[in-house]
Amino acid sequence: MKEISKKTKQSLATYILVIAFYAVCEIWLKTGNMSSLMEGLLVPLCYYMILAVSLNIVVGISGELSLGHAGFMCVGAFTGAIFAVTAGANLPELLELVIAIFLGAAVSAVFGFLIGIPVLRLRGDYLAIVTLAFGEIIKNVINAIYLGVDSAGFHISIKDALSLNLAEDGTTIIKGAQGITGLPRNANFTIGIILLLISLFIIQNLINSRQGRAIMAIRDNRIAAESIGLSVSKYKMMAFVISAALAGVAGVLYAHNLSTLQATPKNFGYNMSIMILVFVVLGGIGNIKGSMIAAVILTILPEKLRFLSDYRMLIYAVVLIAMMLFNSAPKAIAFRERLMESINLKRNKNIKEEA
Amino acid sequence: MSSFISYFINGISLGSVYAIIALGYTMVYGIAKMLNFAHGDIIMVGGFTTYVITSTMGMSPMVGILSAVVVCTVLGVAIERIAYKPLRGASSLSVLITAIGVSYFLQNAALIIFGADTKSFQSVINVPPIVLADGAITISGVTTVTVLSCIVILIALTTFINKTKTGQAMLAVSEDKGAATLMGINVNRTIAVTFAIGSALAAIAGVLLCSAYPTLSSTTGAMPGIKAFVAAVFGGIGSIPGAMIGGIVLGVIENLSKAYISSQLSDAIVFSVLIIVLLVKPTGLMGKQIQEKV
Repeated sequence: MKEISKKTKQSLATYILVIAFYAVCEIWLKTGNMSSLMEGLLVPLCYYMILAVSLNIVVGISGELSLGHAGFMCVGAFTGAIFAVTAGANLPELLELVIAIFLGAAVSAVFGFLIGIPVLRLRGDYLAIVTLAFGEIIKNVINAIYLGVDSAGFHISIKDALSLNLAEDGTTIIKGAQGITGLPRNANFTIGIILLLISLFIIQNLINSRQGRAIMAIRDNRIAAESIGLSVSKYKMMAFVISAALAGVAGVLYAHNLSTLQATPKNFGYNMSIMILVFVVLGGIGNIKGSMIAAVILTILPEKLRFLSDYRMLIYAVVLIAMMLFNSAPKAIAFRERLMESINLKRNKNIKEEA
Repeated sequence: MSSFISYFINGISLGSVYAIIALGYTMVYGIAKMLNFAHGDIIMVGGFTTYVITSTMGMSPMVGILSAVVVCTVLGVAIERIAYKPLRGASSLSVLITAIGVSYFLQNAALIIFGADTKSFQSVINVPPIVLADGAITISGVTTVTVLSCIVILIALTTFINKTKTGQAMLAVSEDKGAATLMGINVNRTIAVTFAIGSALAAIAGVLLCSAYPTLSSTTGAMPGIKAFVAAVFGGIGSIPGAMIGGIVLGVIENLSKAYISSQLSDAIVFSVLIIVLLVKPTGLMGKQIQEKV
């Protein structure tokens, strides 16, 4: 039998973990022991996990920081929702969802590409601030526009629903800040898990591919990578667009889990982007499995610890700072190395004495 | 026409606040080579300090402003010491994430201490408005004070950097940290001074901002902070006159688009400026192209 490589083993372990999680939840659900609170969290868990792994592509593998993942999620959510209430309304549920997911991913990817063009050729922390700005732009624009459709096609206005001048057969799709209403709500846990597995498959393949190694080489030493002929902006763009597309998928899932979709600061604002970042940082930057586990814990724990809800964001902030100081500060790294050394020394001594 | 002029003047007033904030951003970026995300939230701390001193404790506005400056300076130096200094030499990604953590910490600490409801801020500036053209144009006292303080700060800061030893040390550190150390400059102290000046400016900006737009909440500083960063990039990050021009231009753009295009889309327009600047001239108006050595 062919020897299974270490990398394949690691990817398999991730898939098995997800499937085991799915099985446990399904059994829990089927035996009727799951509280309605937990049941309501199942689909959110899926899209948070997808968001966490998608941000991990940018932060962990490409070494850049995106603060606009909520914006890409928003783009995906609204693309999927517009499709669901227009062309997709007469399709079978599953087919509608599948097409919506592809559309959401595609439109988010296009936005990722457009944002990437000015930013990814620059050095420095521009990506963080531009993606942050992008998230705010998307949220503001969606809250300001009215979109309607009639036999003549789409109509857009930034004033109100009346100035759309729709024909008699027309309907308003986006009603400014009121968002989109009458969504099908056809997302479920199984679809969420399948999407998560597909996202994981894409990411694992990316990491273990030639392109993935190029992206990581650029992260570790840009100049060295450039000198062997890797195109920095091309590979950074690749990572960023894939990440944006997956965030869009999470958005479609989010939109199909609601009956009314609005762009509020709470769901698509800066706070959401920070929360996804906390998942990634707590799970370990670059660690796909870790960020999923962190997403699950940080989604369920606040529901169980309601009395701490006022302090939740404060705790997130402290976690971010503490994790960074502990993991990245040169002194902390040196301290950890000394600690490990002394432990190893002791162990070696013990082994010698035993012998 | 007179309405255009008054929008324009309001834009310059808002822009002067952005310029003062952008100065802090640009100095810290130039010297510590980091994006201090918490800078915007120090504005909010300055606003709340003044609010507590003047409205809650009933002391005079001057005491309020001075204590805001003191509190913010101490806070800025403390943040640098606790959160950023240990990370010197670490990757820029981890410094950036820490800065976001600090910003988030300040916002949520203020939310817990002062509650979620928006406070109404009593303006601390009692300067009579200037009436021009038979009452067609009025320039409010806050506008006059804001623009004047902006000019005073620009002159004082330029003089400080060009004429004093500490200022020269700042220039040296921003140019080359290693060489500055060899020349006997205390790099850690210089960075701490930079943070102190930046935070003091943020406190002044906070008081001016809250006097012009008399509301105060835990997220007051976040948006102006980000826009001031846009201003700093627009003017060329690291450049002091650039930050000034960038801030004022951005304030005018924001106010005019609010008046003539859409009030909901004005933020989106301001951020689009950032993307356009990065596309056309990534170094900004007055930024220097830095050559990288291997």
